[in-house]
Amino acid sequence: MLQLTMAYFQNNMESFLLAVRQHMWISLLSLLAACVIGIPCGYAATRYARGEKWITGFFQILRIIPSLAVLILLIPIMGTGIKPAMTALVLLAVPPILMNTVVGLKEVPDFMLETARGIGMTERQVLWKVKFPLALPMIFTGVKTAMVEIIASATLAAKIGAGGLGGLIFTGLGLNRTDLLLIGGISVAVLSLTAALLLDVLSGLIMRYKKAEK
Amino acid sequence: MTSANPAIIFQNVCKKFENSRTNAVDHVDVTIQEGEFITILGSSGCGKTTLLKMVNRLYEPDEGKILLFGEDISTVDAVKVRRRIGYVIQQVGLFPHMTIGENVAVVPKLLKWKKEKIDARVKELLTLVGLEPEEYENRYPSQLSGGQQQRVGLARALAIDPKIMLLDEPFGAIDAINRLNLQDELLRIHGGLGKTFLFVTHDIHEAFKMGDRVIIMNEGEICQFDTPRHIAAHPANDFVEMLIRSAREQEQIFFDACQ
Amino acid sequence: MLEFAAKHPDKLIDALLEHLEIVLITLIISLLLAAALTVISMKIEPVSRILIQFFSVIYSVPSLALFALLIPVTGLGMKTAIIVLVIYNQYLLLRNFISGLNEVDPAVVEAARGLGMTEMQILMKIRLPLAKRALFAGVHLAAVSTIGIATIAASINAGGLGTLLFDGLRTMNTDKILWGSILSAGLAIVVNGLLGGIEKRIGRVRQ
Repeated sequence: MLQLTMAYFQNNMESFLLAVRQHMWISLLSLLAACVIGIPCGYAATRYARGEKWITGFFQILRIIPSLAVLILLIPIMGTGIKPAMTALVLLAVPPILMNTVVGLKEVPDFMLETARGIGMTERQVLWKVKFPLALPMIFTGVKTAMVEIIASATLAAKIGAGGLGGLIFTGLGLNRTDLLLIGGISVAVLSLTAALLLDVLSGLIMRYKKAEK
Repeated sequence: MTSANPAIIFQNVCKKFENSRTNAVDHVDVTIQEGEFITILGSSGCGKTTLLKMVNRLYEPDEGKILLFGEDISTVDAVKVRRRIGYVIQQVGLFPHMTIGENVAVVPKLLKWKKEKIDARVKELLTLVGLEPEEYENRYPSQLSGGQQQRVGLARALAIDPKIMLLDEPFGAIDAINRLNLQDELLRIHGGLGKTFLFVTHDIHEAFKMGDRVIIMNEGEICQFDTPRHIAAHPANDFVEMLIRSAREQEQIFFDACQ
Repeated sequence: MLEFAAKHPDKLIDALLEHLEIVLITLIISLLLAAALTVISMKIEPVSRILIQFFSVIYSVPSLALFALLIPVTGLGMKTAIIVLVIYNQYLLLRNFISGLNEVDPAVVEAARGLGMTEMQILMKIRLPLAKRALFAGVHLAAVSTIGIATIAASINAGGLGTLLFDGLRTMNTDKILWGSILSAGLAIVVNGLLGGIEKRIGRVRQ
């Protein structure tokens, strides 16, 4: 087994690294897009009480639909390749980010906001200096959940022509090659765990006060 | 004691909330001189907090005017008014994501003071409220006890050197022993600075201990506004009399113990 | 699209039944395992933290990768799929079970302790009944999650609604894709609604 693995890397290092890069890029870009969409929309939802119910309801349902279904459903509409893949990934990632943004913002205690107003902050200052910072831990959790979802679905997206490490796994399945399965599986796992670790470190840096609470 | 310079004047102030049949604040006319320590006493729902919050325009009166040093605050931008007044609440409300130093410096930063001025002021204030700056400046609120947090709350309110301080049951969530210490500290701070303090409480002992004069409120109206001694000697109505009597009964066990 | 259903109802129904089979077997095994692990965790405090950490790490690994890693050991097919699904569910179930049982009103627990109940008795007579809703919420989550991930298991020959999707993809058969999506999404939504409704009815203890 070890020999097979080493042989693989010796012969296919380039295509392997390409797959890693594709996987990382498609994941990162989708995550950023999902944040850019999800966080502002989440904020907007908290401002319009009636809209909020509809929006959270809609995204709650979107969250339940199996990711594979979302991914493959886009093919009759958008064809194969990176575009439908990224669209699917963003669709799958927005719900946790948006919903956590809504909950995070709503959970900031009223007396905290009143104090901020009471000592003389404008509404804008209250939002940016107090409300959002205090909602950040919750939003971050949503981003983390989204990221896990994205990396997993990006793995599947190899099947619809988006490239990435999933290709190794599918090829391994098709050709019955254990070495490819293991290399693919471990690479994806490592990628996923590394990303989770990075986000944890990032959250520790941004939200130092949370550490102090422990 | 103080120059007769009216710091706060309530003129026929009324406030009614939606879904309520009665006025939360009912035709209140009160003049408070500069430098006084005024306590507002009443049970919950009597309107004392509502009255307080109209001074920094967290609530707006339906009728009447409020004048601060002669100026009708409804003619000034609300945010500007609040930045001139110190505000301390029961839950403290320190921003958990900022250090102690950053909390105290919040309003000076909003007013764009110079950094050196802010740093010096933070150290000065922390020392004033009895917290060693080196030790506490870079800690987070979650690392302090309730009493310590409230001291920081006081420091934050004093940061911009306001002439008027509003305190809404600031020691309500603090245990009895620490409360006594904080009350004494607050009196000391007030004595040194010549500011006007408006202090809301539902505890008659606290109200009478702290206040130069006490406003007693019931159901939105002012029952009596006088020094503690005068109120105790000449209660204005049944409600006030009931308050005095219950306080006296509580004290009785201490008197009897001395015999 | 409707003609497809009319012509091949057996394909659709077979896939649906396979899917239900996978989900039900998975859930039963998951619940039994999670229950056992929970009891152990409640008795030995550090175990709960270790277990949840462990399973949370596994949970963040994509299912396809886990399938790929397990195939050399357990081969293709339903068995591998169920093993992976059961492991995934442990994170969701343990997290909800343990926090649900621990977050029962501490005053009530202390009163029970003061009366002389053993920890085990407290677990069974106090925590369990009071945490019913949180526990069921965990099951609800696991069920919906399993339905979703089981679609992916079709790629390792486990059967289920995912086969419609993968086949449809391979042959560019829009009907299969649509039916696969509708059935899998529909199943998830219906089950979510049902379990959610039951969850709401599991009321609090009446005072």
